[in-house]
Amino acid sequence: MKECVGMLLAGGEGKRLGALTHNGAKPAVPFGGKYRIIDFTLSNCTNSGIQTLGVLTQYSPLELNKHIGNGKPWDMNRQYGGVTVLSPYTGKTGGDWYSGTADAIYQNIHFIDQYDPDYVLVISGDHIYQMDYEKMLEQHKETEADATVSVIEVPWKEASRFGVLSVSENHRIYEFEEKPANPQSNLASMGIYIFTWDKLKAYLLEDANNKASSHDFGKDIIPSMLQTNCRMFAYRFSGYWKDVGTLQSYWEANMDILQEKTGSILNDENWRIYTNDSNLPPQYVSQHATVTNSLVNSGCFIYGNVENSVLFKNVRIEKGSTVRQSIIHSEASIAANCILDRVIVMENTVIPEGTILQRSEDEEPLVINEDILGAMLTPAGGGK
Amino acid sequence: MDRMMGLINLDHEHHVFNELAYFRNNASLPFGGRYRMIDFALSNMVNSDINEVAIFVRNKYRSLLDHIGTGENWELDRRNGGLFILPPDWNDPSDRSIGDLRFFHNNRDYFHRGKSQYVLISGSQFISNTDYKNAFKFHLERKADVTLISAHVDKVESEHYPYFRIEADESGWVINITNDQKNSELFTGVYIINKALLMDLVDECIAYNKDNFFVCGIKEKLKNLKVQKYDHEGYSAFVNTIESFYKQNMNLLQEENYRDLFFNRNLVRTKISNNPPAKYCEGSLVNHSLLANGCVVDGTVEGSMLFRGVKVKSGATVKNSIIMQRCTIEEGVYLENVILDKDVHVTKDQMFIGSKEKPYVVAKRQVI
Repeated sequence: MKECVGMLLAGGEGKRLGALTHNGAKPAVPFGGKYRIIDFTLSNCTNSGIQTLGVLTQYSPLELNKHIGNGKPWDMNRQYGGVTVLSPYTGKTGGDWYSGTADAIYQNIHFIDQYDPDYVLVISGDHIYQMDYEKMLEQHKETEADATVSVIEVPWKEASRFGVLSVSENHRIYEFEEKPANPQSNLASMGIYIFTWDKLKAYLLEDANNKASSHDFGKDIIPSMLQTNCRMFAYRFSGYWKDVGTLQSYWEANMDILQEKTGSILNDENWRIYTNDSNLPPQYVSQHATVTNSLVNSGCFIYGNVENSVLFKNVRIEKGSTVRQSIIHSEASIAANCILDRVIVMENTVIPEGTILQRSEDEEPLVINEDILGAMLTPAGGGK
Repeated sequence: MDRMMGLINLDHEHHVFNELAYFRNNASLPFGGRYRMIDFALSNMVNSDINEVAIFVRNKYRSLLDHIGTGENWELDRRNGGLFILPPDWNDPSDRSIGDLRFFHNNRDYFHRGKSQYVLISGSQFISNTDYKNAFKFHLERKADVTLISAHVDKVESEHYPYFRIEADESGWVINITNDQKNSELFTGVYIINKALLMDLVDECIAYNKDNFFVCGIKEKLKNLKVQKYDHEGYSAFVNTIESFYKQNMNLLQEENYRDLFFNRNLVRTKISNNPPAKYCEGSLVNHSLLANGCVVDGTVEGSMLFRGVKVKSGATVKNSIIMQRCTIEEGVYLENVILDKDVHVTKDQMFIGSKEKPYVVAKRQVI
């Protein structure tokens, strides 16, 4: 038996990330020079003592499946429990894609039941944050809650972008509004839930029979639990928490880790972020290179100038090139005399000599891969 | 199918590493920014399709055990074959063997159990990135008993002194193994031998009370054996003294050497740690250097090698130095021609300068 089983929702496409998610799910998008977005949640699980975890995948899961593997980097290669990737499946009575977050859990009730847990932690793989789920579980037990929802205070003017919770003095939730026009509270749901499993199971079964439901935690399960007077509490989180749902926020979150204050999330001895390591040689910084306020991963060769940027493994920056406020994914190479500013260069892209790509502060950062580059370099009107 | 197993024999490896090797075997000495010396021999074996490797190690192996663990980082944590670290645990009351023959004698089972018919034997001081499959093919083609891997050096340097020299005839048959310092064909310590022959030679050495397998079993018996010479190509280095350690690490700052050792061939594997990418801060001024992940640099680093997790605070200067894992260099420090072993903490405004020939060495975990 396991006390608490984690269910990590990682099936989302992340449409607003544009080309970054054309070939892979959002949780698998590279982040922070070495990681993938899902590593933060996976590492939170490891560091919080969650050793049994189901990862629900659906959209374009190849990279994600390979990345998670047997869970070794997160110490989740266990004989009993550990990490299990749960993709949609067919059975005797047919099968279906996961039609919503709640449906994904519903279709895997048998997975959870194997471990006969008291509690289930539901999380998603698309935020950058460090959080001790064990503390949240403690509060859940203390308050004898049916559900605990993790919340963070957001600026009032942004509250209408979130699912907002109103709570009483003892943190009991009495109202939940999804993206309200006139928010009554500035406590935003982080999409992190702990449920008492018996309770959740009952609501999932009921929800599955409801044809009108969209089978979503935020839209269906939480409101219906609230309506039927379940004991629901908010767990207050403070600290760095960032949704990386858009190109702008993805870029910002990468820039955030270059800041002294938030940068420590990668280098916190007590809260390590785990990922696959490529075992590549050290990075080479040549005689004429300058590198400031940047993160650089193994195997890079730098001959040019790098400022406020994040370089993944095996990146090459040639002489005379300047890379500013940019994110360069693995194996990309920037030839000589290029200028890149606010650009996200995707894996394996080769930027030819003398290319100048710049985006100003009020524009969305530019994403570049071989296809986009090819289209850009073809003269307007299609050439010949 | 013809198959090789691997043996890394650390017995009889002579070195002068002083404080760098007070608490560790020379095989686990850090090298190349994030590696240990033994990583090269181990990786070469794995990259030559060898999937069972034994290590003969006599003493100071705590750090070696920690480094190698189950062998998983070299993909040697296998159901079949895999890694065998064989320290001295010898309880045979009839044992008459001495020297490294004791390792062979007391681990006979290991050699008999494996299915490989050939053994690739190596030490840890020859640094290279080599796929020995070609040498093995050559060994089979020439129907040799033993194939010695040799490396040609352009200039004989002091670190080459302890290694045997190979004299071969035109068709590569070895006619002499010598100490001739004028000969620039060095024996790398790596050789391929037929396993059945190896075991026979071991018995013979023990029967005659010999104490060094290579010297007594092969070198002295050269006339009775068919021994071939196979030339190693590509970057290589011999590391056995502090001076050669410093020199060869600094040589890796030459880009072509660095590329040849790490990029042009197979992946050199080492123990994975979980360090974030290196962080270059506002004040960082880094050039002509190699940095491993986990470093945080806010000072000046020039012509140096920083291992994983080194911190260089603002206003500090590190020049022509080798700084091993997790050292901290505080503000205003000046280091030139220095080797800092792991976990050294250099306090504010200190200055240490060694010479290129005699770098200033600080043993691990010191606060200076």
